[in-house]
Amino acid sequence: MAITSIKNLKEFSTNNDRFEGAHTLCPGCAHSMIVRELMNCTDDNLVLAANTGCLEVSTAVYPYTSWDTSWIHIGFENAATAVTGSEVMHKVRKRKGTLKDNDAPVKFVAFGGDGSTFDIGFQWLSGAMERGHDFTYICLDNENYANTGGQRSSATPIGATTSTAQAGTHSYGKKEKKKDIVSIMAAHGAPYVAQLAPNKWKSMAKGFQKALETEGPCFINTVSACCTEWRFDPKDTIHITDLATDSLMFPVYEIIEGHELNILYRPKNVMPVEEYLNAQGRYRHLFKPENKHVIELIQSDIDKYWDMLQRREEARV
Amino acid sequence: MAVKFDLNEREVWDGNYAASQALRQADVDVVVAYPITPSTPIVENYGSYVANGYIDGEFVMVESEHAAMSGCIGASASGGRVSTATSSQGFALMAEVLYQASGMRLPIVLNVVNRALASPLNVRGDHADMYLGRDSGWLQIGAFNAQEAYDLALCAFKIAENPSVRLPMMVHQDGFITSHTAQNVYPLSDEAAINFVGKIQPIDDMLDFSRPVTYGAQTEEDWHFEHKAKQHKAIMDSKPVIDAVLAEFKELTGREYKRVETYDMEDADVAIIGLGTTVETARVAAKNMREKGVKAGVVAIRCFRPFPLEEVREALKNCKAIAVTDRSSPGGAMGAFFNEVSAAMYTSTNRPIITNFIYGLGGRDFSIAEAERIYAEQMAHIEAGHITTDIQQFSGLRGPKLGFFRTERS
Repeated sequence: MAITSIKNLKEFSTNNDRFEGAHTLCPGCAHSMIVRELMNCTDDNLVLAANTGCLEVSTAVYPYTSWDTSWIHIGFENAATAVTGSEVMHKVRKRKGTLKDNDAPVKFVAFGGDGSTFDIGFQWLSGAMERGHDFTYICLDNENYANTGGQRSSATPIGATTSTAQAGTHSYGKKEKKKDIVSIMAAHGAPYVAQLAPNKWKSMAKGFQKALETEGPCFINTVSACCTEWRFDPKDTIHITDLATDSLMFPVYEIIEGHELNILYRPKNVMPVEEYLNAQGRYRHLFKPENKHVIELIQSDIDKYWDMLQRREEARV
Repeated sequence: MAVKFDLNEREVWDGNYAASQALRQADVDVVVAYPITPSTPIVENYGSYVANGYIDGEFVMVESEHAAMSGCIGASASGGRVSTATSSQGFALMAEVLYQASGMRLPIVLNVVNRALASPLNVRGDHADMYLGRDSGWLQIGAFNAQEAYDLALCAFKIAENPSVRLPMMVHQDGFITSHTAQNVYPLSDEAAINFVGKIQPIDDMLDFSRPVTYGAQTEEDWHFEHKAKQHKAIMDSKPVIDAVLAEFKELTGREYKRVETYDMEDADVAIIGLGTTVETARVAAKNMREKGVKAGVVAIRCFRPFPLEEVREALKNCKAIAVTDRSSPGGAMGAFFNEVSAAMYTSTNRPIITNFIYGLGGRDFSIAEAERIYAEQMAHIEAGHITTDIQQFSGLRGPKLGFFRTERS
């Protein structure tokens, strides 16, 4: 029996759920926390789809599966389309009365990493959002192609070093800023869009529940700290995520009906981004004197974005 | 309940319309589609049947053919009847997911209106797209006219969804020549059609939560080979089911289809073997040649996958010279169909002369005169006792003759 609202972390860590413990994700990977939270926040039946990526390769290696519910993976780019194909079939079969249990509520959820969401699957996601299917798309954003050894994606922040945007004697790492996927999804007219973080697990559970309850296409970007490619100790996943949300590198907020913006976590003491960057190997080179300007740029971008979020929250536009 | 669609005993339909009526009568639950010439009317019509209540289904227009097949996979894994249509570039864009659909053993029916692959861009019919699908793990059957496009689309659901088959199936027709040529078509009544096709039996249904299923698992060197071998075996084992469904269809309609069709082959010395509408042209040419005293025949491959190797060998067993026609650019090799027919004949006791004709690319007309010329050339080979030309020739090409590959048998 899944719990519909998580009262404490002990309950969360010990309950039986539909995502089995046996998987091959890295120790310290935040993906499994996020997935478990989604699957625990509802008692409804779930049809899940996953794009190719860390989650997919770690949970369905024949003859094993970690999924105690319906699950499908087709390719790198099309989880949104796969799950909405299922959603459409559900509609028809419900109408015709050909389902095994015609009255049981079903929710449709697609998972993708940032590579498949921001880059290769962007068109498939956009199409599914535009068509207005009743489903939720959850991006597990670890800001790189972690499954293939840490290449840059359009979610990789400026200044991070990756295998295909390397820091070196003539480079400070990735030159381009991160794509603002949350705004892009809100601009699709999606009824519910949010950015959530697993350290703020109560707001995450609430956000997931809102998305599942909302009719129509919902999008949630989740911060998924990646010890392997961000380069930190696996035991520090939540600590790093705390730094991410407290420095406002990852602000936690939701946008309802494309305009009603609510900030869901407001740090008491906003932490300088330097502390977040300094805790990860992928930003180490930024602390050389010649790269200081990149840290300043990141900080100034964060400040501007936070200012914008607060103004939008106030203005309701 | 769907609104009744009035049908006459005899309708005048083109291949596209005929295929779309088969989709309606088969009570297809979901069509996920993206438009592309010349296949567009098939899915447009399905959409209009939904819009006007002639079918209780869902029509989903997506943003690309890749997404169309991806949506079909999600829908098909959810237990209902699924179909779509495409051509050419759209087929090429689908290629990745075609393999996924067959690997997951999902009985999707794809109507492929054959069209050339760019570049140069071309909207006319050739078989480049059909050839692109030949290793994709789908069953492939070919319709040569509008009646057949209708008949075989109905048969395809029954074959693909058969619990012992459970493989996706393509129904091919030639772009424009079949898809846009209106002819007399004799449809079944709605009742007779759905009784013939039957209801789909959901297997490994994602919407049956009493028995969770994982679709699209990963296998590496430990299991991948076994999965692909099983898939190949399933394709090979589908032959008796295909034959049984075609036989049942004949009983119902009187219209007979075989995986390999033969025309005037009983005593033929020379034969043209081909795919698609080419066959009807070759049949007229063969009749003309017989009036001139040449024992000419035609062999048509209706079922391209599984490839009917034994049936091809049987059909051609007494032939002295065979012209194998490929309507796809061979890209630096013999035509793919030539290679497959050659494999059938090399493993027979009769080792006839075999040559390859590349023809009709990008919709270039394949004329009766050209087919007659091919027959005459086969007779010249027989008289000489060996191939007197290049093994591979481009037929119907402008400018000087173009041929490749020489034989050692002279």
